[in-house]
Amino acid sequence: MTAALVIARYTLLEALRNRLLWLLLLVLAAAVCAGGFLGQLALTESRQLQAALLAAVLRLAAVFLIATFVVSSMAREAADKGSELLLALALPRAAYLLGKLAGFAALALLPALLFGAVALAFAPPGQAALWAASLLGELWIVAAFSLLCSLTLSQTLPALTAAGAFYLLARVLGTLQLLGHAGAAQADAGQRWLTHGIDALALLLPHLDAFTRTEWLLYHTGGMADLANVAAQTALAVGLLTAAALFDLYRKNL
Amino acid sequence: MNTPVRPLSSVPLAVKLLLAAALALQLGWQASRPPPRARAEALPPAPSPAALRLASLGDPLALSRLLMLYLQGYDDQAGVTIAWRDLDYGRIRQWLERVLELDPRSQYPLLAASEVYGAVGDPARVRQMLELVYERFGEDPNCRWPWLAHAAVVAQHRLHDLPLARRYAQAIRLHATGPQVPAWAHELELFVLEDMNQAEATRTLIGALLSSGQITDPNELHFLEQRLQNLPPPAHQPAHQPAQPPR
Repeated sequence: MTAALVIARYTLLEALRNRLLWLLLLVLAAAVCAGGFLGQLALTESRQLQAALLAAVLRLAAVFLIATFVVSSMAREAADKGSELLLALALPRAAYLLGKLAGFAALALLPALLFGAVALAFAPPGQAALWAASLLGELWIVAAFSLLCSLTLSQTLPALTAAGAFYLLARVLGTLQLLGHAGAAQADAGQRWLTHGIDALALLLPHLDAFTRTEWLLYHTGGMADLANVAAQTALAVGLLTAAALFDLYRKNL
Repeated sequence: MNTPVRPLSSVPLAVKLLLAAALALQLGWQASRPPPRARAEALPPAPSPAALRLASLGDPLALSRLLMLYLQGYDDQAGVTIAWRDLDYGRIRQWLERVLELDPRSQYPLLAASEVYGAVGDPARVRQMLELVYERFGEDPNCRWPWLAHAAVVAQHRLHDLPLARRYAQAIRLHATGPQVPAWAHELELFVLEDMNQAEATRTLIGALLSSGQITDPNELHFLEQRLQNLPPPAHQPAHQPAQPPR
């Protein structure tokens, strides 16, 4: 437990020394400026427009930065033989992995809190808090998947591509299912198989389109049911991805 | 963290020359190109609802706003201003419908249809926009009535189509029955029948909207105030007096 916490601490320290906080602040400043400019162009609903664009940009930026950091940090550790050194110590492999994951999870708090504070300018505190908590859940899932990809694929580019594809798929899965079932009556055998494939994927992947919803900031429609849904999906997905990463790590012949 | 650098003299002369030559070539190439010519491009057809849903990555509200800005900027492209009468209104209607489908609670597309694109000089195009407002009004009458009220005024005074204006006003009376809809909106039909002049009717409508407190967006307030100021002064009351809603 102590070993995992030490690994988590150093993972977080590495992120801060990589100036990730400054990068987040820079992204925030750029997004606020761009949102303010676009808000001025709107004929009506200027604050809603600003909030919607800001929320979308900040969410994507946070996901991109966390996934990139996780993959690059793991790749650097592997290249420096740091991970081999740690695993040679008298500590279980699970402690190493859980420590890394805890570090990345703590790191995800930075964008969630920072961007959640910005959301306060557009929505009541309860809705902004829900949005921030949901962003945190989304980032934890992305971090866990990026960690799994780093361990499994061992190389930066394939791991980043896989993380990006996972994120896109998890975000459009609901829409793909709707489209697949909408045309089911006239579909040929190939299309039906594709629809079944999408349904199977929908069972396996988290539905990220239910996370960090802009309508919470615009129309204040979020509630406890949404929070419970986000929390349950986050717990299940992070649990599954961690188990898969542990499975892969224990099988590795280092 | 900063990597220490060696003095400039440590860079070989050939590298310095190469850098200077590459920079000069780049600048020379760009300078020799003809200046970009502004060229108006036709509005492309709106993507299908399914494509837009996929492109929104699960966030249709943000995409809806982005599309609205894209459409709004189309008549004022870089270096070229396209007159509304030269725009393809069938496509504009398509885009506005897509924006509305992505976020049915947004008022922006119907405001644009009624107040912006409906201000074109061509009656056929005005009708297209008014019909869009009328068709989509039924989906949420209690929120969308202001745009149909404006459509009624336009139908009466710009198109001189009293039956159309009455149809719109009647729709408001029959369907916009929520508590947030002011009484004067229900009386719009009477005011169509009384056939007041356009400036007076527009002033009454905008004045009522402003005084009702329903408009809170600063950009929209500014837009409506500007329209109010641009109207000719009323014949029977001093120009500086704000119009009162009909009671």
